[in-house]
Amino acid sequence: MSLLQSTQFRPDPSANATRRAWIRAWPELQNPAAWLVALILVIMPLIANGFFLIEIFATTLILGIIALSLMFLAGYGGMVSLMQLTIAGFAGYMVAVFGISGNANISLGWPWWLATPMALALATLFGTLGGALAVRTEGIYTIMITLAIGAAFYYFTNQNWAIFNGHTGINTVATPQFWGVDWRSDIAFYYVTLGVAAICYFAVQYVSRAPFGLALQGVRDNSRRMAALGFNPNAHRIAAYAFAAFIAALGGVLQVWNYRQISPGSVSVGACIDVLIIAVVGGITRPIGPFIGALIFVLLRTFALDVLIKFGLDGNRFRLLIGLGFLAIVFWSSDGVIGLWERWRRNASPTQRPGGGRHG
Amino acid sequence: MARFIERHPAWALIVIIAVAVLAWMVFAIWPPGLEAAIGRKRVFLNAVLNGITLGGLYFLVASGFTLIFGLMRNVNLAHGSLYLFGGYIGYAVSTWTGSWILSFIVAFIAVALVGVILQLAVFRRMEGQDLRQTMVTIGLSIVFADLMLWVFGGDFYQVQTPAWLIGPVQLPLLTAIKSSGEPVYLQYPLVRLVIFLASVVIGVAMWLALNRTRIGMIVRAGVDDRDILAATGVRIQLVFVLVFALGAGLAGIAGVVGGTFQSLSPGEDTRFLLASLVVVIVGGMGSIPGAALGAVIIGLAEQLGSVYIPTYAIVVTFLIMVLVLAVRPQGLLARR
Repeated sequence: MSLLQSTQFRPDPSANATRRAWIRAWPELQNPAAWLVALILVIMPLIANGFFLIEIFATTLILGIIALSLMFLAGYGGMVSLMQLTIAGFAGYMVAVFGISGNANISLGWPWWLATPMALALATLFGTLGGALAVRTEGIYTIMITLAIGAAFYYFTNQNWAIFNGHTGINTVATPQFWGVDWRSDIAFYYVTLGVAAICYFAVQYVSRAPFGLALQGVRDNSRRMAALGFNPNAHRIAAYAFAAFIAALGGVLQVWNYRQISPGSVSVGACIDVLIIAVVGGITRPIGPFIGALIFVLLRTFALDVLIKFGLDGNRFRLLIGLGFLAIVFWSSDGVIGLWERWRRNASPTQRPGGGRHG
Repeated sequence: MARFIERHPAWALIVIIAVAVLAWMVFAIWPPGLEAAIGRKRVFLNAVLNGITLGGLYFLVASGFTLIFGLMRNVNLAHGSLYLFGGYIGYAVSTWTGSWILSFIVAFIAVALVGVILQLAVFRRMEGQDLRQTMVTIGLSIVFADLMLWVFGGDFYQVQTPAWLIGPVQLPLLTAIKSSGEPVYLQYPLVRLVIFLASVVIGVAMWLALNRTRIGMIVRAGVDDRDILAATGVRIQLVFVLVFALGAGLAGIAGVVGGTFQSLSPGEDTRFLLASLVVVIVGGMGSIPGAALGAVIIGLAEQLGSVYIPTYAIVVTFLIMVLVLAVRPQGLLARR
């Protein structure tokens, strides 16, 4: 279980109380590196061209949001759910079904400001129901059940023509345009994803330190003790699923706007597992992990072909590379790239106390 | 059985009625009203038989999965890859030598060897870390899937059915009475029946081996409490390796079976992984009879569903899983 380390904060006794509370709530505001990353992300459209902006950074942020929902469940709740991409895909399908798309016989043609909240609500409901099912069992069973839900949804979208339009999926989904801005144009869409990603990131950060998040971490570490203290472990778990489902649904809506189409391929079992890989490779102890994992994944997916061919290898072996990389991470660094980075920093300055011990 | 009726009279009644209705639908000649409502009896009987034989195949895959889980608490999400690998090996052997039987033996041995290597080189190093083992099996399934795609490509393969098994056989099941008064019997492919019988034989043999032999006793003890078993001096690592080899080998055999009456292609690994997951969740983790029951239920649901409600067939399977989780989260035949 070393994958699931707690991220509890150690207060510094010398600082005064209000300042301490502030730091405890938002520690990244104290970190100059975080400000630098934020600045770079904000001025990114000046540096990068359209291809990098959308294909690399916007895609990274979207995948990062979906993986963030898994990180929240796995890191703070101890529940590894493989259905987060399914929830995102469900939200995407709902945007396509309720909104405007090229398949006029399926889409209801609602305006975006009506279709999107509907999709978010339905996907959150879907994720909550799935979670209510999954919390009936524990530990590795959760993986099995959520994988079964994800796979069943994939085969269902393939079979069903009335709502999901079978294996062709729904194409040319309309994207929002208002205030005279086409929000799917490269720069505008980049800022939309960046904004949503930032909100999700800070929301997860905030919830993890709010009473609910602390109780959830307590349930993760010792659900029996929490039950004895008067908490309802299953209610906390289901609420965590609901919160994570909402985040995943946001990612799903952005994804369908990004590709303007959705098909069973977007919710395949392989894609569900990709989200797990992203979260684990990045590290599921911190909310920043999934975004790092997503960046690595997207860079590999985009450039592995060229690099492999340059080394005289078969360019189609991208998934082999991903699989081996994932195996290596699981074997040697159970808390992902973040873990490697922290270990390296700890070795560089041995006086610093290692962060994040496990409290039972 | 008697105890079950005593403890759950209502459920027992429902089960008995369901079995009786099914038996009547299989053996009786349907009145015209029923045929008008849900179609020809031949279609229904074919779906039932397809479902039961598909259940046989699912049992072969899921029994290995449940055995490995029961003893080692290892959710082997690479089980579908072992299935597909066995199928490809069987295809290669049967096209090379022309022998169908030989392909089973080679597939069993080859996949069992892969299982031994996995257990010795990977899972033994992370014993007791359930989550990490599961993650590793996910990584392995990705690597295996890509390696197999590399070697065999994306084509569909089918293992050649041997000549002596080709063709239909007449079953003593009436489908209709002709207007001349002549009975019409059901024709059914022989190969599917033979494969189903073989999986029943394998299932019974496994049950006997588990319940009547010394090795089986050790395995059952290990399922209950492996620490105490190890403390009594049993070489538990050896048992683990053997059970992993057996479970993997069964997946390999199932691959050849699946390659004979369906086809082999990338993506089948996921399909059969899902099937074994659902079968094992429905039947109960770690229980061989549970795997058999779950396999028949899921096989029937899938086939009947695809005949009568084609675009929602997968939902039926899924609803069965949800229902079982809601009523009996540990599975139908699990002990705890």
